[in-house]
Parts: sequence; C-alpha cells; structure tokens
Amino acid sequence: MRLSDTRGLVSGKAAPFGDFARLLRRLNIDGPLLVGLLLICALGLTVLYSAVGENVRLWVNQLMRLGIALVVMFTMAQMSPDFLRRWTPWGFLAGMLLLILVLTIGEVSQGAKRWLNLGIRFQPSEIMKLAVPMMAAWYLHDRQIPPRAGQLLMLAIIIAVPVLLIGIQPDLGTALLIAASGLIVIILAGLPLRVMFALAVLAVPGALLLWRFMEEYQKQRVLTLLDPHSDPLGAGYNIIQSKIAIGSGGLFGKGWTNGSQARLEYLPERDTDFIFAVMGEELGLLGVLALICLYVFVVGRGLYIAIQAPDTYSRLLAGSISLTFFVYVFVNTAMVTGLVPVVGIPLPLVSFGGTSMVTLMAGFGILMSIHSHRKLLPH
Amino acid sequence: MDLLSPIKDHHSERRLFIGRVMLTSTAGFLLLGIVIARLVQLQIFDYEVFAAQSLGNNYRIEAVPPIRGLIFDRNGRVLAENLPAYQLELIPEQVEDLDDTLQRLASLGLIEAEDIPRFKDLSESGPRFKPVTLNLRLSDAEIANFAIERPRFPGVDFQPRLIRHYPHGEAVAHAVGYVGALSKNDMLRLDTSQYAGTAHTGKTGVESRYESHLHGDVGYRNVVTNALGRQLPAVTNALFESLPADETPMPGDNVYLTLDLDLQQLGTQALQGRRGAIVAIDPWSGEILALVSAPTFDPNLFAVGMTSSQFSALQNNLDQPLFNRAIRGEYPPGSTIKPMLALAALETGATNLTRKTVCRGYFMLPNTTHRYRDWKPEGHGEVDLHTAISQSCDVYFYELSVDIGIDRMHDYLDRFGLGRLSGVDIRGENEGLVPSREWKKHWFSDPADQRWYNGETVIASIGQGYMLATPLQLANAVAAVATRGHRFQPHLVAATENTLTGQRTLASLQRLDDVDVEIDSHWDTVIDAMHEVMHGLRGTARAAGLNAAYEMAGKSGTAQVFSVAQEEEYEEEEVAERLRDHALFIAFAPVDNPRIAVAVIVENGSSGSRFAAPIARQIMDQYLGFGSNAPQ
Repeated sequence: MRLSDTRGLVSGKAAPFGDFARLLRRLNIDGPLLVGLLLICALGLTVLYSAVGENVRLWVNQLMRLGIALVVMFTMAQMSPDFLRRWTPWGFLAGMLLLILVLTIGEVSQGAKRWLNLGIRFQPSEIMKLAVPMMAAWYLHDRQIPPRAGQLLMLAIIIAVPVLLIGIQPDLGTALLIAASGLIVIILAGLPLRVMFALAVLAVPGALLLWRFMEEYQKQRVLTLLDPHSDPLGAGYNIIQSKIAIGSGGLFGKGWTNGSQARLEYLPERDTDFIFAVMGEELGLLGVLALICLYVFVVGRGLYIAIQAPDTYSRLLAGSISLTFFVYVFVNTAMVTGLVPVVGIPLPLVSFGGTSMVTLMAGFGILMSIHSHRKLLPH
Repeated sequence: MDLLSPIKDHHSERRLFIGRVMLTSTAGFLLLGIVIARLVQLQIFDYEVFAAQSLGNNYRIEAVPPIRGLIFDRNGRVLAENLPAYQLELIPEQVEDLDDTLQRLASLGLIEAEDIPRFKDLSESGPRFKPVTLNLRLSDAEIANFAIERPRFPGVDFQPRLIRHYPHGEAVAHAVGYVGALSKNDMLRLDTSQYAGTAHTGKTGVESRYESHLHGDVGYRNVVTNALGRQLPAVTNALFESLPADETPMPGDNVYLTLDLDLQQLGTQALQGRRGAIVAIDPWSGEILALVSAPTFDPNLFAVGMTSSQFSALQNNLDQPLFNRAIRGEYPPGSTIKPMLALAALETGATNLTRKTVCRGYFMLPNTTHRYRDWKPEGHGEVDLHTAISQSCDVYFYELSVDIGIDRMHDYLDRFGLGRLSGVDIRGENEGLVPSREWKKHWFSDPADQRWYNGETVIASIGQGYMLATPLQLANAVAAVATRGHRFQPHLVAATENTLTGQRTLASLQRLDDVDVEIDSHWDTVIDAMHEVMHGLRGTARAAGLNAAYEMAGKSGTAQVFSVAQEEEYEEEEVAERLRDHALFIAFAPVDNPRIAVAVIVENGSSGSRFAAPIARQIMDQYLGFGSNAPQ
C-alpha cells in the first residue's frame, strides 16, 4: 500500500478527491498527464475559436474530434504493455501493407498520395507514427542494450523502410518525424556517443543528398527560410505574416479574438499549422510561454513514466512517445517563428484537424497504460 | 562482454536509460531555449517594428472625392451642376452564372451584346468582391425595368453616383467647357493625390481653367480591410484602438460667370445651322457677356462618357463642332479694322476730316498696273473719311495705307489688342496676326520672301492678306473704340464662392494699356462714322439699325476666303458655299453710354452687313432690354 493511500485513510479529509484518484487509477488513467493534456486542449480550443473566425460549427467539430481522441486514449490505456508488445510486429506489418497500398490505390490530393479510403478515410502514415517506435522497442526488448552494430543495422532497416515509403508519397514532414521517433528509440537505447557524433557529421552530406531528392516546392521552402523577403507575396508570405503576427502581439498580446493579422486573413493556415502565431498575436509572450510550460510538463511527465517503466519495451516506447511529442512542439514553434523551414507539422493538440490528434492521444494512452500496469508486472 | 552475459542486466540498463533521458532532456531544453529566445526577440525587442507592420497591414486610407463646384451665369442660373445618376454594377462573387446573367441583361437592353466578352473579362480578372460597372447611366425607364427584374439578378444592382450635368449644354458648351474621364496626361498634370477617388476632370473652357477652384480638396476615410483588400464592416474597427482621424472632403468653389445665358441661347439660335462665332463684352469691365461658337455640341456626352463612334462622329464632323471659333478661329478681319485704321490715319496725320478722294471702284499704286478693287465695282464717287467708313469705301483706305505705312498700321492695331493673346481666362485662344516688316522678316526664311511690298500694305488696309483676328480680339477692339481707348482684361469668371462659408471672391477688374490719342475728337470722328453705318441713309448696316430703341455704332466686314483673279467678277451664286466670303460685324451700343460691344462672324455668310449685323443687333437688343423676351 502506498503512503499516499494510507494518509488518505488516516485523515479521511481528501476523501472525495481520493475517490476520484482511485477511480482514475482503476481506469488506468494517469491523473497528472490527463490534467496537463486537458489544459493544453482547453487553451488550444480557446485560441482555435478565434482562429476559425468564431465559427461555432468548426469549433464544435474540433471539440468532437477531441472527444473521439480521448476515447481512443482511454481505450489504449486499457491495453497492457505486454499485450501491445505481442501485437507490435503484426501492427507494424499491417502498417507497412497499408503504406504500400496507399502508393498504389491512394487518393491523390494536392500532388501527393497520402490518403487511403477503406470505408473510412485515413492516412496510414499516422499508424506508423506509433508502429515504428513500437517495432524498434519490440526489437530491442529481448536484447541487451546498448545495441550492437548488427542490431543497429536491423533497427535502421525497421525505421528506414517505412520512412522511405512515406517520403515518396511525398510527405516529407511526417517521414522526418517518424525517422525521429525511431531514432529517439535508438538514442534512448544507448546508441554510442561516437556513433551519434558520426551521424551528426554525416548529416551534412546527407542533407545535400536529401536536397537532390526534394521536390521543387520543398526546396523553395528551405530557400524561403533563408531569405523570406526574396518572394514576399509568394513562398515567403507565410513566414513574414507569421512573424508580424507574433511580434505585434508583444508581451500581453492584442487580446483574445482581437488579433488583426489572424482575423483579417493576413495570416495563412491560421487554424492549422500557423495557429501558434495566432496565439502569439492574441495572448502575447505570456500566453505562448504558458502553453510551452504545459507542453514541458506533459513531456516531463511522460519521461518520468518512461523512467518508472519496468521493462525495455515500455521504457523505450514511453521515452520515444514523449520526446517525439516534444519534437512536434519544437518543429512547429520553430517553423512558425521562422527558425526552420516550413514543414507541414501542426501544433500538437492545438491545430485544427483530427487525425494527428487521435494518434497523439493514442500515444498518451499507451503512456498511461505503461504507468498504470507497472505494478502488475514482475520486477 | 555482451556475448558473455545473455541475461539482461536490468539495473545497468535502467541507469543507461536514465542517462539518455537526461541527455535528450538537456538537448530538448536547449532547443526550447532557442525558440523562447526567438519569441522574446520578436515579441519584446522587435515588438514596435512588427506592431507598426501589423497596423499598416490592416487599414487603408480611402479617398473621399470632393463635390465639384457649380457654375452659374451672371444672373445665377445654373450652367453646370452635379446630378445623381444610377449606374449598373455587377459583383462577381455574388453572381451564380456569369454568362447567363450577362446574356439576360443584354436581352433586357441594359448592356450591349457586343460588350459581353469585355464584361466577362473584367468580372474574372479583378478581385471577386469588387463591383464591375456595366452601364454608366441608366435611364429612368431602365431603372424601372430593372427594379422589377432585380430578384432574378443576384449580384447585379444599380448604384447612385454624381455626374456632371450641363442643363443648357449646347448653348454654353464652348465657354463652360466640359469634364471628361481622367486620362494619363491629366494625371501627369494634376496633383494625383487630390484626384484619388475622382474619375473626371475639366477638359476645356472654364471647367478646365478653373479646375483648381471647382475641384475642391479630397477627403480621407480609414477603411479596415482584410488581406484581399475587402472592406470590412465598421464593427471590425473595434479591433484597432487608434486609427488616424478621417478628414472630410472640402467641396469645390462655385463659379459665377460673366456670361448671360439669354445671350448665349439667343446667339446659339441665331447661328443655328451655320458656322460662326459671337463674342459680346461689357466694354467698361471686360466681362464677356456672350461667347458662342457654332456649330456646338452637347457637353453632357463627355461627362457621361460616349461610345467611340459618337466621339469620332464629333471629331470627324466637317463643321468641327468641338472647335471653339470664338477664341481659336482666325479670320481675315476685313473692313472691321477700318475704324481702328481711321484713328491711326487721323493720329498720324495721314488724313483729316476734309481730305477727299474720288473712288472709281479701283486703286493703283504709282507706276503699276495692278488694280486693287473696291467691293463696289462702280465706285463710291467722292468720299471723305466719314463716308469711307459708313459706306466702307476700300479705295479711300487703300490710299491712306500708303501714307500711314504698314509699321504704323501694325502699331495702332496692336494697341487695340489685335495680333496678340487677349489673356482671356480659358485656354486655347489663338493670337491672330497683324503683319509688319519685322514680322515678315522673321516669318519667312527665304530672303526673297522677307521683303515687304507696298501692295501688301494696300490689302492689309482692308483686313486681308496676312492679317488674321479671332472673334474675341475683334470684340475687344470694338470695346476699346466704345470706351474711347480704355481697355479691360476680357474675362469669363466674375466671382468664386466658397461653398461652405458662402464667401465670394470677386475677380478683380484689370485695366490694360489704353489706346492713347493726341486729339480726343478723333474718337468722335470714328464713332460718328460707325454710328452712320447703322443709322445713316447710306450706312452699310442701316437695315440692322432700323427701328432701334437706342443708338448704336457698328462696322461691317466681308472677308475673302479665296481670291478672285484680276479680270474676273465675283459671282456669289457660282461659288461653293464653303468658299463664300465670311461675314463679319462689330458693334457697340448705346453710342453715348456703351454697355455692350459685339463681334459676330458667320463663316461663308457672304456679306457682313446682311448676315452678321442682324445677329449683333439681336444680341444688343436682348442685353439692353429690348429683346423679344424683354419687357417692353
């Protein structure tokens, strides 16, 4: 029996709250993580209401997606890590098949094949966001870490194949994120520091190689980052308007629903990829720092869960999910503030759109499962 | 070592994992630090720059055009006003089927079928919310028709606007002028900021010359717009704490002309179907009472906008209705300069009241055989200066001219303002021409042509040869005779009026150099002779002077359009209409208290006394209160 439970029994004061905490535990829900996520979603929905131009229909739409995502999270939380681990290779294989399927019969939208319509319309790459780190963790679970060279090669294949399949859709943003989630598993598993160093050095020729395979619009995005004013009404427009929006927000912001950049349609993609700029404009530096603090709290809680996890699979998976979430936050905020090229990565849990939110919540469900099931496992 | 320990070492694995979490967390905090530093840079250090850029994004200054000043005649009757008119507009984004809509509008006769492709282009090229004008001016019937059909035309509506309207357009077209659509040249000439939001500007006449008074000052209004330039409802202004204050436009000044609308209408009617001009001046002030050029045109066509076929019809009309003959038409003045030359002859001593000449119908220079004909083939018999003017004897003046000499003739005619710009306050007048030896030397490049011949002096004495004058110049000259040499700057604008305060600024009376004489009675001689023209038994224009309630002075003139060979007779009936002589007449009245001076030219009117003089009489009657409309 835990100390906190004892205290609750002795004093009897925290009974209602204690009851609620017990209920959450019984439902395999992690309270602090849930609170952190809900606060982010609440803040996000607030900003989104302004970003969609106070369009109640769209806002309710997003609220319903959040509901679905929470149901998915709750469902995932009920699946024990052992169960997940056993089914990981099958999930991964299914994901791979869907990726191949999307390249053959996928729907073409804006020059890319990303969507698959099998009764319900979805992006198979979303599945791989979780399936790749799960597979990498599965592969390392029974092995002694840090992994050896041969095992690293195997891991590289596990990661590279789906990444390439997604990259040729093309969906560079998602491909890079999935590569990152896999790489995070390997780094957490103890990838030798000299290998990491070597990879960093190799990144330069790698980037040049990547440049050759990039589509024209992707090259343009990189060039635009270097000099947004070279094409102020074309490719550079997003970055320029986004910086104006954030900068003009100042410390306290222009006030909720009063962001002129956003409300007067100067800011493109204001309800999706660039919603962070709306927040910066309307709620100011204090507002975005509050959001960043919530993100840090959620990532921190996730890493705490990872450290507490009893086995390699859980540990690596929990670590990867948490840190990948951080990568999302970093890439989006850095993109919107003009630090990295414009890649289509939404601000997690805040941007309008359902698919990525469901995937993210599924990941957090897994985190909760890992945390709540740890006592049941033999130590 | 790994090979030797197949059993997992959980503790070392956990330590390794915690180490890696620390490592990645540190990296994460570093990256996050960069983002936060960036946010601080954007939102704290560069805040003011971005705040300014953001405000600049959101509103634009929209010009509010001023209301153009009105133009009145000397009695306060409106000559130019601004009337609301309705134009048909189409807003592309509100139209469901553009082709079908345009087709149906054409079938209702609201637009021309041939314009459909152009409107389609316009609708598809600009911003979708920006109205496209389909018809600049709807008639009342068209408005009524469309009002019934409007529910069937979503996105099409009529909008009010102000257009310039000239209620007495044709009668005052050449003096008042007209406004027309701003052209590229106009934009170079005008202060473009003042014309933001204005589509028209004065093109000719008073409308052009007094543009700066009539136009007014543009106003501004701040309009909140979104990224596409779409104007947003005023509610959105709440987004902004401080927009610069709006500035209301300053309406243009009203302009009061010296013109008398009755005279304009009378003159226009008198010249109906002819080519010619009438200028009437108040001799003691230079106020232009009438300025008529015929044929005339409807200036409203320019204000509303006309089709290119309408415009080319105006431009290519053989009678040149757009040509302002009153100030631009240069005609040989003919005998109308005789009073001025008579004064020159008296002043220079070339003649006196007793000098007589026998007119046999022609004149020959000494030692030559060329005959300079008199208009009266059988001759006037014995003539003195008085009869030479009243009967318009050419031979008498042929003789005088040799004694005066061309240079002194030039000097005196110049003092009456002939051969130089009058400085009237509308643009485009021509100088006319009073020849001299000096002029000929400069004008011709071939030395053989630069010499002045006595024969040229002879024909100059009856206002032929090189000599040219505009109707305005002739009116000015006769006004100077009326005032016995006092001259005033001719002008069309009497006053401007500030529309808001009602304060009027009167045009100042400007005196010009007087025609000075040595002996004042020389004026009497000249004026008596001109009086004789109208009222004498043998006066050339006695028919025009019959039964007048006042006494007047005048001089007829007939200007040759083409020259008749030496031994030929001029046969009026045989000469094509356009080759007939121009009929000229100058006059003033009443003789002892001149209040009006008139010059009339009827192109190809054959005879000044027969065709031009009655028109001058009508004008004077009207102005002096004896017109058919005037109370008796």
